[in-house]
Amino acid sequence: MESEANNILEEVTQGDYKYGFVTDIETEYAPVGLSEDTIRYISTKKNEPGFMLEFRLKAYRHWLTMVQPKWAHLNIDPINFQEIIFYAAPKKKKELTSIDEVDPELLATFNKLGISLDEQKKLAGVAGVAVDAVIDSVSVKTTFSETLSKHGIIFCSFSEAVQNHPELVKQYMGSVVPYTDNYFAALNSAVFSDGSFCFIPKGVRCPMELSTYFRINAANTGQFERTLIVAEEGAYVSYMEGCTAPQRDENQLHAAIVEIIAMKDAEVKYSTVQNWYPGDKNGLGGIYNFVTKRGICKGNNSKISWTQVETGSSITWKYPSCILLGDHSVGEFYSVAVTNNYQQADTGTKMMHLGKNTRSTIISKGISAGKSNNSYRGLVRISKNAINSRNYSQCDSLLLGAKCGAHTWPYIQVDNKSSIVEHEATTSKISEDQLFYCQQRGISAESAIGLIVNGYAKEVLKQLPMEFAMEAQKLLSISLEGSVG
Amino acid sequence: MLLQIKNLHAGIHGKEILRGVNLDVDKGEIHAIMGPNGTGKSTLASVIAGREVFDVTAGEILYKGKDLKKLSIEDRAREGIFLGFQYPVEIPGVSITNFMRTAVNEVRKFKGLDPLPGGEFLRLMEEKKRLVEITSNLTNRSVNEGFSGGEKKKNEIFQMAMLEPMLAILDETDSGLDIDALRIVANGVNKLRRPDNAFVVITHYQRLLDYIVPDFVHVLFEGRIVKSGGKELALELEEKGYDWIKKEQK
Repeated sequence: MESEANNILEEVTQGDYKYGFVTDIETEYAPVGLSEDTIRYISTKKNEPGFMLEFRLKAYRHWLTMVQPKWAHLNIDPINFQEIIFYAAPKKKKELTSIDEVDPELLATFNKLGISLDEQKKLAGVAGVAVDAVIDSVSVKTTFSETLSKHGIIFCSFSEAVQNHPELVKQYMGSVVPYTDNYFAALNSAVFSDGSFCFIPKGVRCPMELSTYFRINAANTGQFERTLIVAEEGAYVSYMEGCTAPQRDENQLHAAIVEIIAMKDAEVKYSTVQNWYPGDKNGLGGIYNFVTKRGICKGNNSKISWTQVETGSSITWKYPSCILLGDHSVGEFYSVAVTNNYQQADTGTKMMHLGKNTRSTIISKGISAGKSNNSYRGLVRISKNAINSRNYSQCDSLLLGAKCGAHTWPYIQVDNKSSIVEHEATTSKISEDQLFYCQQRGISAESAIGLIVNGYAKEVLKQLPMEFAMEAQKLLSISLEGSVG
Repeated sequence: MLLQIKNLHAGIHGKEILRGVNLDVDKGEIHAIMGPNGTGKSTLASVIAGREVFDVTAGEILYKGKDLKKLSIEDRAREGIFLGFQYPVEIPGVSITNFMRTAVNEVRKFKGLDPLPGGEFLRLMEEKKRLVEITSNLTNRSVNEGFSGGEKKKNEIFQMAMLEPMLAILDETDSGLDIDALRIVANGVNKLRRPDNAFVVITHYQRLLDYIVPDFVHVLFEGRIVKSGGKELALELEEKGYDWIKKEQK
């Protein structure tokens, strides 16, 4: 029985990565390797104002003094930064005069990925989703920018924001994740090439979902993007992020930064479905996803909510966090992290309670299969002044098969007596009883696992916007079909 | 003949539990299998359903003339074999609606039918819920999670109603039920009875058979059917207990 289950596991977990194709586009590259020249090259390419170059160089010089952290429960092959190309941009063909100045080849690529960059295609009655499409180092198209601007909302690529709203960029960039924060944040601050910028003015509820779709296409290239979201007093926005990459034998580095600022009474929901190429069944290739995501609830009654479904990447190292500065502010973290084959994930969150009566919720669901390792690492810190604060954490691990690992490292620090911190954790396996029950009703073992895993992850999946929820459910089933032992 | 069990030997981890079971079940019939604890009643049900922890060491099970050995658990189910569990398992986060929709559509796919459209599925569900006297919110809850004993068993009968099996095996469906729940469960079975399907009701006590009247009663003892008869056999067992059978066997 055991061996039969393992057979099913092997058979199905080798399911193909759907997004592994490469688009043949003419690409312009920075010279390989990293030096101050590389940074000047990027800054010049982007025609950046002086303060940007200065920021980058400071970050680079700081990065040179740092060493790659080793505390995560990850085995990372050494990264040779001199072999990475830090900037790759699809060459613009001649200027097109039609509605889209986007290379049709690129449009086709995003269509193939299921991302529509055509504003006309929006469904009747559906609010629609505004997309910023980033390929390799540059944003190629942001949809609905004009519609949104009628509400005073700025939604554009980071590069455009640097050109058109330098004062906002200057004010907020690095204010939540300073370039000194960590090794990969410093690297990103030095070489980041694009990303999304989003500004919701006072009192505005963003009328549609905003999203950024990241695609790595070029080989031997790192992707370093930066996203900055500012919600002014009373503003609301729901933001989604998706990503894929071609199937390659080499590892590729993706080191991003996301910063969120929520003012008084503002709310930001940030959802991620991360589906970077995970490497093959023997652990060859795949993306190193080393990301720093952090939001600050600056004003009273503000709220930041992170939801992530992590199925891809060969190595994931990320801890979307909240600094709860405003009184009565709320931080949430909902996560499903799936690892299969040789994937490794060390992911979790930090909730820093600084304001009074602040609340945070952490729901983390780890699913490990194959020979993978899946770790939850979280910090809940309640400072002396954060009186009457509350945290509830729930960390569940589901093991599929006998060769995978699940680990939980919760750190809790409470510096006052009026706050309450709760932590619950469970580890379980899909039982033979559950499978037999499903199969006896005519459900195949594969569908049964999909059903059980989706049920297990439901608390997190229901936090996703509708547009994402279906995709995430399918993705979970595909990532794990048949993986039982 | 719908089900033919011939000299069935089966066990678990090298320990023999069934030692030569013979049983014929035809369409339109209700069979009751009774017997003391630990004589192999649940094992027999699990083996028919194809549970892999049990090894069939000798004999055969023919279902509609086909050797069941060649069919996977899910294919047996799709061919119309239903097992009502003694201890239905919990599946957190999966609503009964979602669970049943998956099951019904996989069975339909097996039969070459398109999935049932959402509206039709919901209508079917409402109809079957009434049959088992299920209140409306039960189907929105996760499968068996936090259910009372009675709710779990009603849910089993509800699923049976949804899947309309040819052969339904109810494994001690009466255990842990109060008299009202017992009546509801039994009513469900009676309403689902048709000339072209059959029921095998495994029970410890005679009381269920006051509500579901069997055509045949069998006594399973030490892995064999040692006595068969009509419904009066159940009454005799109720009166005399199983000691009488045990003595007879020695």
